[in-house]
Amino acid sequence: MADSFDVRFKHLRSHSPSKPNDEVANCDQAADRQFLDLEPLTGPEEHRKGSSFSRRSFLSGLGATSLLAGAAPLAAAAPVIEPETGETAAVDGASDLTLRINGKDYRLRDLDPRATLLDTLRERLHLTGTKKGCDHGQCGACTVHVNGRRVNSCLSFAVMHEGDEITTIEGIGQPGNLHAMQAAFVEHDGYQCGYCTSGQIMSAVALLKEPIGPADEDIKHAMSGNICRCGAYTNIVAAVRQVRQSRA
Amino acid sequence: METFSYVKAPSIDKALSAANQAKFIAGGTTLVDLMKLRVETPQTLVDINLLPLDKIEKLPDGGLRIGALVRNSDLAWNPEVQKSYAVLSQALLSGASPQLRNMATTGGNLLQRTRCAYFREPSAGTPGGYGCNKRTPGTGCAAVDGFNRTHAILGTSDQCIATHPSDMCVAMAALEAVIHVEGPKGKRSIPFTDFHKLPGDTPNIENALEPGDLITYVDLPKPIAGSHSVYLKLRDRASYEFALASAAVVVRVEGGHIRYARVAMGGVGTKPWRSHEAEAALMGKSANATVFRAAAEAALAKAKPHKDNAFKVELAKRCLVRSLKLATA
Repeated sequence: MADSFDVRFKHLRSHSPSKPNDEVANCDQAADRQFLDLEPLTGPEEHRKGSSFSRRSFLSGLGATSLLAGAAPLAAAAPVIEPETGETAAVDGASDLTLRINGKDYRLRDLDPRATLLDTLRERLHLTGTKKGCDHGQCGACTVHVNGRRVNSCLSFAVMHEGDEITTIEGIGQPGNLHAMQAAFVEHDGYQCGYCTSGQIMSAVALLKEPIGPADEDIKHAMSGNICRCGAYTNIVAAVRQVRQSRA
Repeated sequence: METFSYVKAPSIDKALSAANQAKFIAGGTTLVDLMKLRVETPQTLVDINLLPLDKIEKLPDGGLRIGALVRNSDLAWNPEVQKSYAVLSQALLSGASPQLRNMATTGGNLLQRTRCAYFREPSAGTPGGYGCNKRTPGTGCAAVDGFNRTHAILGTSDQCIATHPSDMCVAMAALEAVIHVEGPKGKRSIPFTDFHKLPGDTPNIENALEPGDLITYVDLPKPIAGSHSVYLKLRDRASYEFALASAAVVVRVEGGHIRYARVAMGGVGTKPWRSHEAEAALMGKSANATVFRAAAEAALAKAKPHKDNAFKVELAKRCLVRSLKLATA
């Protein structure tokens, strides 16, 4: 399957950036820079063998024609460096920086100052659990925690977050080791299409530590920054109520 | 989004010296949004989040000093604010969403820009776009004859009818806050009612800040002993929505008579709307529904509704009457 994918999208991979820089020239996949950046994070060996394949890379490939022809998300312009620990790049103006996400340091090179935290998480670091909805702070799909507090990652530039502890849905729990709030959302059917769910859960986990009242009405107000187009609100409130009561 | 250069200021002096052709960024909730819409196109962003302006401190005279970088949620949940300035806590918690309140700062909220849909249109004020004198002076105002249900009825001009969107500012107007600023010409303080400007013929000038000015603190005067305060906000849905009409009132009643009254309104004015007329109609009178209604009539006497927002006149009156009832109950 991976082979046929490679063949099918070979025409896209022949596009090379107009101005390759040293960093890219040193990269094995220089000609595939744009494409490579949309691959999930895997080791260099796997990339070389061309064996990496995921739903996201497939969907990205389908959209790659327009992506290459037009405006790519700002954060998708340069390759990502694998997580490293203990190393902090000097920030001069904006370009290189280290973000600490879910307890790991990610070093980023040539980051456009216009890149939001949301686009950086999704397009540079491939932490795609955080969703882009309205991109204007109105829907809450992009909710992450910064230093333990929930924020809209679409309304914040990534360059402003060096030194911050960032937590995304990937850092809250994983399959087989769900956070109590994730398990409660499953139990109560707190979603339908699921697109807003990671933002809902990030808000719900954050409100456990906020000084809000005990009633369902308080939960509704505290969750009002997260819009659910499917209308799963009743079940979302039930999930949050259960976790709050179990921790009371 | 237009590109910009980004610098992080380690001190107030450094921030001020970097301010040329720049915008300060703190929470970013208004600025990043408007940069995406190309309403704001700063050449340089000066990140001020490292500045030591994130404290809430009691002043020797009994007042409260709020640093410009204090987040809206921290201010709303501060025990002293909840106890002595309840109207401010209520106003903050009625605004935006919990996520936005965790980001938005006190200084940034003072500079929050209007939600007028014509103003927010990326091409407004450019050839082929909607007219907007706030975006580009002289291009007209599309809202005057456009869809203006949410627009202002007080303080408008034929150049601009955009509503000031902040809840926090309405409470601060009633509390008679003072804004402290540091800039190229040194430090100065600005009484709250002088900070925001009426649109008049220059709706592009929204406040008393001059180029390079940095808001450092907002001071609240000593709480009025024996007073009660309320913020009441009326809107299209119960949360996460801008006001159609709101009222912030601080009143003290002694022996059935009103001895102190401060009234400000939101959602209806081109700036946070302090109503001296309502205050005059309340002072010395008995605290009853007839007097409250007279105060509301006085507050809205000069209201000038447009095609879609005439309902706001009566809504604002009832909002003020209800808030006065709550504060004197």
